[in-house]
Amino acid sequence: MFSTYDPVIFSRLLTSLTLAFHIIFATIGVGVPVMIALAEWIGIKRNDSHYLLLARRWARGFTITVAVGVVTGTAIGLQLSLLWPKFMQVAGQSIALPLFMETFAFFFEAIFLGIYLYTWDRFKNRMTHFYLLIPVVIGSSASAFFITIVNAFMNAPQGFDVDVLTGKIINVQPLVAMFNPATPTKVAHVLISAYLTSAFVLAGVAAISILRGRKHVYYKKALKLTMVSALIFSIGTAIIGDLSGKYLAEYQPEKLAAAEWHFETTDQAPLVIGGILTENNEVKYGLKIPLALSILAHGSPDAEVTGINDLPKDEIPPLWIHYMFDLMAIIGVTLMLIALTYVVGQRFGRWNVHNKGLLKLIVLGGPLAMLAIEFGWIFAEVGRQPWILRGYMKTTDAATTSGHVDIMLIVFALLYIVLGFTCVKVIRKMFKNYPAEEEIASKGGEVK
Amino acid sequence: MSYELLGIIVLWIFLYGYLIVASVDFGAGFFSYYSEITGNKQLIQPMIERYLSPVWEVTNVFLIFFMVGLIGFFPDTAYYYGTSLLIPGSIAVILLAIRGSYYAFSTYGAKNNRFYLFLYGASGWLIPAALSTVLIISEGGFIKVINGDVQFQYMELFTSSYAWTVVGLALISVLYISSMFLSYYAYKAKDHKAFEIVRKYALAWSLPTIVASFLVFFSIRNHNVEHFEKMVDLSWMFVISFICFIVAVYFVWKRKKLGWAFVFVMFQFAFAFFGYGASHLPYILYPYINIHEHFTNQTMAIALVTVFILGLLLLVPSLYLLMRLFLFDIKYVQGNKNPQK
Repeated sequence: MFSTYDPVIFSRLLTSLTLAFHIIFATIGVGVPVMIALAEWIGIKRNDSHYLLLARRWARGFTITVAVGVVTGTAIGLQLSLLWPKFMQVAGQSIALPLFMETFAFFFEAIFLGIYLYTWDRFKNRMTHFYLLIPVVIGSSASAFFITIVNAFMNAPQGFDVDVLTGKIINVQPLVAMFNPATPTKVAHVLISAYLTSAFVLAGVAAISILRGRKHVYYKKALKLTMVSALIFSIGTAIIGDLSGKYLAEYQPEKLAAAEWHFETTDQAPLVIGGILTENNEVKYGLKIPLALSILAHGSPDAEVTGINDLPKDEIPPLWIHYMFDLMAIIGVTLMLIALTYVVGQRFGRWNVHNKGLLKLIVLGGPLAMLAIEFGWIFAEVGRQPWILRGYMKTTDAATTSGHVDIMLIVFALLYIVLGFTCVKVIRKMFKNYPAEEEIASKGGEVK
Repeated sequence: MSYELLGIIVLWIFLYGYLIVASVDFGAGFFSYYSEITGNKQLIQPMIERYLSPVWEVTNVFLIFFMVGLIGFFPDTAYYYGTSLLIPGSIAVILLAIRGSYYAFSTYGAKNNRFYLFLYGASGWLIPAALSTVLIISEGGFIKVINGDVQFQYMELFTSSYAWTVVGLALISVLYISSMFLSYYAYKAKDHKAFEIVRKYALAWSLPTIVASFLVFFSIRNHNVEHFEKMVDLSWMFVISFICFIVAVYFVWKRKKLGWAFVFVMFQFAFAFFGYGASHLPYILYPYINIHEHFTNQTMAIALVTVFILGLLLLVPSLYLLMRLFLFDIKYVQGNKNPQK
């Protein structure tokens, strides 16, 4: 595929590969503790052993994904220095603070997750065990918070000056670097979309069980809890997504313009969905929603949106990110509709929400949500090309000059295939060999 | 004390912490597999699992902490080490990935899967050897800077007797530290059969450890005379280290004071490791990076130190809780408080 060895291309590929794989487990790692906490809390408050079991079974599967999340997180942590040494040299000067804080959050989470998992029956007061989960939730969300700040900094670097003569970084202000314009929307979007995705993945698991003919009320409770959460998180994701669009229009117009194939700077700009781009940069077959881009960008139909033609040519990201943006947004809306259908039907409808059609959609929702996470990240990351530090350092100048990145790419690809495959196999086996009904019975509960 | 010295001491303490907890962890994986093939599985594995399950994730954080801290306090290390360590670093990453995930797979998921256990045991044993490459190249002589480009000299590394002695020490000392810890843990659990087995491991690996340590000490002389002379100036630390070794092995031999035995193992490595570290200063990577010229800017240093202190306020009580629940809780150690079924 690549005839010549170019460390930049291979470094980019290897970083993308590791991140794409890590994000699956990181998303679960951030979102699932929240769902476990919800289930355990409801279980204790309502004195309902089904919810407690739900928390317990989710936690058991969670340990496997955490393990893969930890090791791939370690991989990307080391790879940043191995593949992007010049970037890390600058980052060390300017953005080391949140990186450092992230390790503390991770530490905190790791300690309490270990305690939580091994003390289910050790305390007399059940709330004591629940409290152990709070640091896990704080730790996992805080590590997402801090690491996303580092990424936000790459999109909107500030809080330092570059000495014109020596090229060295001076006048560093760590807090200004951390709380850059990209931070609020990025962090909020990452966190809530992780909660949404985890809720949908877990809802999918419950839906599969019901589809396979499991009739126990346990599964219905699981589905209800996850779908109600999913609806709330999806509304939150949509609102914050809208704010992210406004951020882009203000601070990274090239990313928004490329995402929307918006060439001429105009007011009353339409939003384009789908379509293809001709050689002359004309949009064909796309669905145009009048005024929507102006509203997305500035909150007003008459607002002017900067077009690609008015931006420096060598700073325009690849135009195919349009599809990534569309897929992410369409999936987001779809997920919200699925959750809404379930919740409305469950609460007010006279029809059976456990019908095959809706259950199948919910099952599909899990992988779709995960895909939306991937698409969203690809959009965000490729959308800031050619920069690694927008406005300061190009990606090509930051990559390693070392040989053998191509071989490492192959080796890591194999590693992730093996890890992914075994992970799925182990989790499936764990739950197949010990279904919830059996566990309920073993704890003295009734089997319906 | 200057910030740069404080920074490197903090990092060195964490690297030392990693050395101890990771060795226990890595060696335990090795012994876990070894007990499987020698038929002592029922005796050894439950004990190892009881200790390791709640703490394995914490072990990993020590490494990440060291790495992030190193880049935070000394950003130029990212450039030099990052460029030169692509292959050894990637190998370490792959081994860490295999080990961490297959540990979880074999402990929580597919129990009794021999192949998973093998991957977990073997990869863990090799990780310290891969990671020790960082220490090896820090001595200098393996990196050339040509026209501003950092180039790693692979052949130099493979033909260096110094490199091989360090790798040897890494491989052996992991088994030594781990078996010394397991002896203590089994003794505390009053698990006499397991204790007798791990005690044999501990005694068997003690002599090779000390031989390997001496080999490293003297092979530095051939590799980096400047460093060796500084080590000789600090020779009292290495002498104390050796005395601690004797005391530790004596206790294990006599089957008494096993807790103290492990404390002395920790002292043994603390004195050797800090002696080595102190004599290495001011260089982080000889002769390219030293702590004075390649320290981060003042503002970031103060921010990092502040966060570090705040972080410790959070970590120390948490770690204490973890140890109280799983290490110093006699009922748990003896297996009377069963973890989740």
